[in-house]
Amino acid sequence: MPSIKSISGPRLDRRTMLRRTAAVAALSAVRMFPIWAQPVSAGITAPKPTLESADLRLRIAHLMMAIDGKQRHAIGLNGTVPGPLIRLKQGSTVRLHVTNDLDVDSSIHWHGLLVPAQYDGVPGVSFPGIPPRSTFTYEFPLIQAGTYWYHSHSGLQEQMGHYGPLVIDPEGTDPIVFDREHVVLLSDYSPLHPHHIFKKLKQQPGYFNQQKQTLAGLLAGGDQTAPERLSWGGMRMDPTDISDVTGTTYTYLVNGHGPTDNWTALFRPGERIRLRLINASAMTIFNFRIPGLAMTVVQADGANVRPVTVDELQITVAETFDVIVSPAEDRAYTIVGEAVDRSGMARATLAPREGMVAPVPPLRARPVATMKDMGMGAMDHAAMGHDANDHGAMSMRDPAVAPQVRLGPGVQTISPMPIDRTGEPGQGLEDAGHRVLVYRDLVALDRNPDVRAPERSMEIHLTGNMERYMWAFDGVKFSALTRPIPFRKDERVRVTLVNDTMMAHPIHLHGHFFELVTGHGDHAPRKHTVNVPPGGKVTFDVTTDAVGDWAFHCHMLYHMHAGMMQVVTIRPADDGL
Amino acid sequence: MRCLAPIALCLASPLAAQEIDHSARDAHAAHGDAVPKPPADPHAGHHLPPRPRPTDPVGRRAPPPAPDDHYADRFFPPAEMARVREQLGREHGGGRFSQLMIDIAEFRPRSGHEEYQWKGEAWTGGDIHRLIVKSEGKGAFGDKLESGEVQLLYGCAVDPYWNVQAGLRRDLGRRSRRTYATVATEGLAPYWFEIEGSLFLSDKGDLLARFEAYNDQRITNRLILQPRIEMNFAAQDMHDERIGAGISEVGLGLRLRFEILRELAPYIGIVHERSFGPTARQARADGNAARKTALVVGLRAWF
Repeated sequence: MPSIKSISGPRLDRRTMLRRTAAVAALSAVRMFPIWAQPVSAGITAPKPTLESADLRLRIAHLMMAIDGKQRHAIGLNGTVPGPLIRLKQGSTVRLHVTNDLDVDSSIHWHGLLVPAQYDGVPGVSFPGIPPRSTFTYEFPLIQAGTYWYHSHSGLQEQMGHYGPLVIDPEGTDPIVFDREHVVLLSDYSPLHPHHIFKKLKQQPGYFNQQKQTLAGLLAGGDQTAPERLSWGGMRMDPTDISDVTGTTYTYLVNGHGPTDNWTALFRPGERIRLRLINASAMTIFNFRIPGLAMTVVQADGANVRPVTVDELQITVAETFDVIVSPAEDRAYTIVGEAVDRSGMARATLAPREGMVAPVPPLRARPVATMKDMGMGAMDHAAMGHDANDHGAMSMRDPAVAPQVRLGPGVQTISPMPIDRTGEPGQGLEDAGHRVLVYRDLVALDRNPDVRAPERSMEIHLTGNMERYMWAFDGVKFSALTRPIPFRKDERVRVTLVNDTMMAHPIHLHGHFFELVTGHGDHAPRKHTVNVPPGGKVTFDVTTDAVGDWAFHCHMLYHMHAGMMQVVTIRPADDGL
Repeated sequence: MRCLAPIALCLASPLAAQEIDHSARDAHAAHGDAVPKPPADPHAGHHLPPRPRPTDPVGRRAPPPAPDDHYADRFFPPAEMARVREQLGREHGGGRFSQLMIDIAEFRPRSGHEEYQWKGEAWTGGDIHRLIVKSEGKGAFGDKLESGEVQLLYGCAVDPYWNVQAGLRRDLGRRSRRTYATVATEGLAPYWFEIEGSLFLSDKGDLLARFEAYNDQRITNRLILQPRIEMNFAAQDMHDERIGAGISEVGLGLRLRFEILRELAPYIGIVHERSFGPTARQARADGNAARKTALVVGLRAWF
């Protein structure tokens, strides 16, 4: 297990630690990164480090990291951001001793792992958290394989670098064949403290958007037409509100490296390279592509899928995709993670040799939200946009459409006609001009473990108010909730998530995989996180087989922090119900 | 006066917010008339032939009741879990914030008699309930403060866009030191107009009203033109305050600011102020102009 190293020896006080960390960082950027994330990486080389049963040690601490040549405050694990690659073997049992050297409580949640509820790592739901200067030991069997990640579930620490990749190798033969592999972990870093970011969003929700529509833009003939602008103004809706926190403060990172750092992944022409893409961002959805290379998606959220070849994919916050690329030429390729609002990009290079670079494509024009993003997707296409005032007649907040939603100040709109958008490319990629992955392309490689028809169904509305920066499920933010969402053990339930807002919400259910209802029968793709597009809806079936209380939330960090969270509780019939 | 009803509602809402009860959650159930099926054997499905599920009929079983206990209490000290759970709630929607907004801080360069004006507010609180301090005033450098006021208000969000506020206003300045009870409503109107309407009832029983509106027109993402209107009304003549019944004063402003930062924007503008009717006559009798137009230079700042 070379990528995990334990810290031992005399305890250092924080000041000394800071000084040393800074000194080390200044001396050598190389030592700040784990092997797989070194500025130039040959990839994760064979033989694969495996772990049958072992004790891993992780230490959470403040550190300084260099991003594009600037020293930045961060929270890291074992001295690095991202944290070490934890590589384990399916079928084994792991013990992870996590020491918190911060001055505040911390935690680690193993994102996508099916673990006993008490080891899921959500303070206040699964355990009490890890107090400063103490160690908590997680212990669980590894009953799955695939690409996952881990991160803090305490406060807003995830924004500061508290995340890392986690790979579990399958017990038998891996159906995915490859010669070389790289972890590509995308994230967003801001020099602002996350509490400051949240405060600004509460004070002025459009604070970070410097791409709003302007008079200059109108005169230049860009974006919406004048009548459209008037119509949207009448509804108090901003069609440029694509991302809450943007490249005006974020630097987008690949494996902890900024665009200028240009992390480089090495390959030999002709190799099949497996890229394990992880979106560990706090708030950023990325459009991922490698110009000149087709990508074959072979895994989504750790679960294998039938290979599907695309030129670009949108990876929402907390999702993972494994793709195979086979560059035949002896040349460099640019790895592009373009922020969905096009305010910046994560950039890295895939090259046969160190020092090679490929052209970096310019940022494309940022998308402008449409009537569909406002939940009017079922409207006749021909009618859309022609009579801009027509939709004024349609109620944007009709309680009859969503009787369970509490229509308080936190609910700006109710999507009047939300549609299933799993067959559409992500926001802004409708006219990408090449093959873009859509959720409906995903088909599970293996037959689903549970193919029963759902016994019941439920609908959960994702609600919000952009003007007050309030977010919730069904109009009730987490702080005002007193009851969890109950399930019986081993129930099969169909859940429809309806997005009543004009922003995408990556919804994550802890402790479970769910099967997207996208028309693939008993080979439905299994996921732990699903992006619910603006004004759209997503349906999944879930077998609630893991007893315990589980967090269920939007993985946009500040949406969750504003209250877009619930607890799902699963109990056997004779226990607690 | 119609603001008072929402205020009453609002005061009750902290209680209401606590009562997210079963019925709200039960609404998640597909529909009420569910007939519980016997629990399915979780392994049964593995032996069934594959079926395209999207076309399968979905059952209508009722959801189970929510348990009263917390699962993690079985593994960790319940008191410790309760403390962290409370913190989790606070951190996910229960936050408190504050802002100091100095909307107008300007002076009017005129020969020999430079005037100044300010207008701003500070608030603290959560998403729904806030404590607000507002202040505005104007005067000339070298003179006593011409007029000014401070308001202390409780504010409550009653709608996605609108807040109601109630509290006290205390006048400053050389003319009057009157105190008023205040109710106001403010919010965002269609077409992005920020609107505020206030009623003031003085300790002498005089009734005043004020209406304000402004709108930010982005020329670029940093260069912003803000037209603004303020209208003042009185229900009666108030001699000490030099205000006559009816519409008393109207102020129009057009300010062009450049946001160096969102929080910091110097501006230039032009303002036109005009008094009407008895108020205008009072002004003229005092030797003041009933109409004024001036260039202004100022700074908009918030924290």
